[in-house]
Amino acid sequence: MSWLTNYVRPKIRALVQREDVPDNLWQQCPACEQMIFHRELEAALNVCTHCGHHMRLPALKRLEVLFDDGAYDRVELPRVMADPLRFRDRKRYGDRLKESRAATGNDDALIVAFGKMGGRGTVVAAFDFRFMGGSMGMAVGRGLIAAARHAVLKNAPLIAIPASGGARMQEGILSLMQMPRTVLAVDEVREAGLPFIVVLTDPTTGGVTASFAMLGDIALAEPGAVIGFAGARVIQETIREKLPQGFQRAEYLRDHGMVDRVVHRHQIRDELIRLNDLLMNPRAGQKIVPLGEPGKRRKAGKPAVADGDEQDRNEERPAAE
Amino acid sequence: MQNFLEFEKSIAELEGKMEELRHLSDIGDIKIADEVSRLQTRIDRSLNQIYSKLSPWQKVQVARHPDRPHCNDYIAALIDDFTPLAGDRGFAEDAAVMGGLGRFRGRSCVVVGQEKGNDTESRVAHNFGMARPEGYRKAQRLMRLAERFQLPVVTFVDTAGAYPGIGAEERGQAEAIARAMQVCLDIRVPVISVIIGEGGSGGAIAIAAANTVLMMEHAVYSVISPEGCASILWRSGDHAEEAAEALKLTAQDLLKLGVVDGVIDEPLGAAHRDPLMAMKAAGDAVEKALEALDGLDPDTVRARRRERFLNIGNDKLS
Repeated sequence: MSWLTNYVRPKIRALVQREDVPDNLWQQCPACEQMIFHRELEAALNVCTHCGHHMRLPALKRLEVLFDDGAYDRVELPRVMADPLRFRDRKRYGDRLKESRAATGNDDALIVAFGKMGGRGTVVAAFDFRFMGGSMGMAVGRGLIAAARHAVLKNAPLIAIPASGGARMQEGILSLMQMPRTVLAVDEVREAGLPFIVVLTDPTTGGVTASFAMLGDIALAEPGAVIGFAGARVIQETIREKLPQGFQRAEYLRDHGMVDRVVHRHQIRDELIRLNDLLMNPRAGQKIVPLGEPGKRRKAGKPAVADGDEQDRNEERPAAE
Repeated sequence: MQNFLEFEKSIAELEGKMEELRHLSDIGDIKIADEVSRLQTRIDRSLNQIYSKLSPWQKVQVARHPDRPHCNDYIAALIDDFTPLAGDRGFAEDAAVMGGLGRFRGRSCVVVGQEKGNDTESRVAHNFGMARPEGYRKAQRLMRLAERFQLPVVTFVDTAGAYPGIGAEERGQAEAIARAMQVCLDIRVPVISVIIGEGGSGGAIAIAAANTVLMMEHAVYSVISPEGCASILWRSGDHAEEAAEALKLTAQDLLKLGVVDGVIDEPLGAAHRDPLMAMKAAGDAVEKALEALDGLDPDTVRARRRERFLNIGNDKLS
């Protein structure tokens, strides 16, 4: 289970790869065009302090704010062959990979983490859009399968947070094959009776939308996020018509029945904690005295079922270390 | 009048000559018959030469050839008692996806496939083989029907991709594709897919998550069309030929990558020159694939399909 080892403490990680001081201390909101001081914007998790526009958020930052006290373990993802097709367009794919790795400090576009959210062990698989547009190739597909299996192992819900333009063209058909593979990953979580919640962020399009991202038990979306299958430009060129107002935005999808809720970034953590609790702790109000496993006794004084404790059955096992 | 592709110019000339000769032969000159057979040998040789080393971009042209047999041709040639079934029971019928019950070499089965159409009228009726969400939901319904009655599913894949339109997006094109794939992977009956022409991205894999994925010799299967890829990565559609090369979308490449399980030989000069022979070869391959799954219990059939996809790329470990 070597790939399950998960040590790297996020805090250390954050220190090592602290991002450079931004050239520009002020950033302009692309929606309302107001200037925002970079520290203020960071504190607001890249949500415009004037108009509430949600700008993209790097995956590590997202994980930090989702987990209790910002503490989580990275789930080490299996390595895959880099550049299976030896793809080359105007640039070598191999070079693009190297550049993205250098720029983001990540191996690929997916980061999988395990930690507590509201006291409940939870697996989060978050995309980093800065890594080749968050595109899904073999590494991401395998990463999602690993995330699903980790969730099953830990008896934990799986949260997926896509931010992706779709399949990674540079891996050709092998990237297309990640669509059925990620569907199978979702099915493993479903079959274990665990929640699979998707938080759709800007953008979620193409082969990512048309696979695991649309199969959540519950689908949340960030305000204004572009979510769709075909690109708006492709649709416009095909039908030669003006696209409706708000087309392929989170609110539009909710109104057309494709997502459950549009949730402000600052509320997503609470929302996820509540949903997981509702799904996994169905009789919280009642006192249930478990029979207990033979040969194993609860510690004296520990209540039979503490709030949000039920799911921690597996925590008795030492974490894979 | 036959449609010739750009790289078939030499063939077109020879065929033209042959046509002229045929008119002469009406006079009854014996030498002309000799000439015709000599020409035919030349044509065959040249077809063989051209078609044995088609470039990926040329394969794309062949896969899209208007005279190439389409889904409905395969159904007519291979499925007896075909009974088309319509509608997704939610919104509409989508004629881009053909589906129904029938009998394939004695076995009852469910057939699903994309139909591009053969002339302007039928192309419009079938939306050029580009399915809307309803098509994928119909496919889901029919695959569940197959499972209920323990019938194998045979799919014929031939689409440029799922339809990019406002309504399609509003009604959940992505969800419909994802769910179709999920059903395809879930059902406890054998699923055999044949990529007969163009396997266009998500619109194709939606009905191709099968136990056995077969591909016609000159079909293509890709995550994106070469034109689309070129316009994104090269910033110009003019580089489609290079993109086709880079994408590794030919049947021969995909066999090497372990994405397809078998390549079905096409007749000399590709399926459009002898559709019946091509379709018979496809039928033989489907029959063999079904026989290989005979006698397996439903759970094993499902488990094997899932393993197949979970294993793709596993040997590509660094």
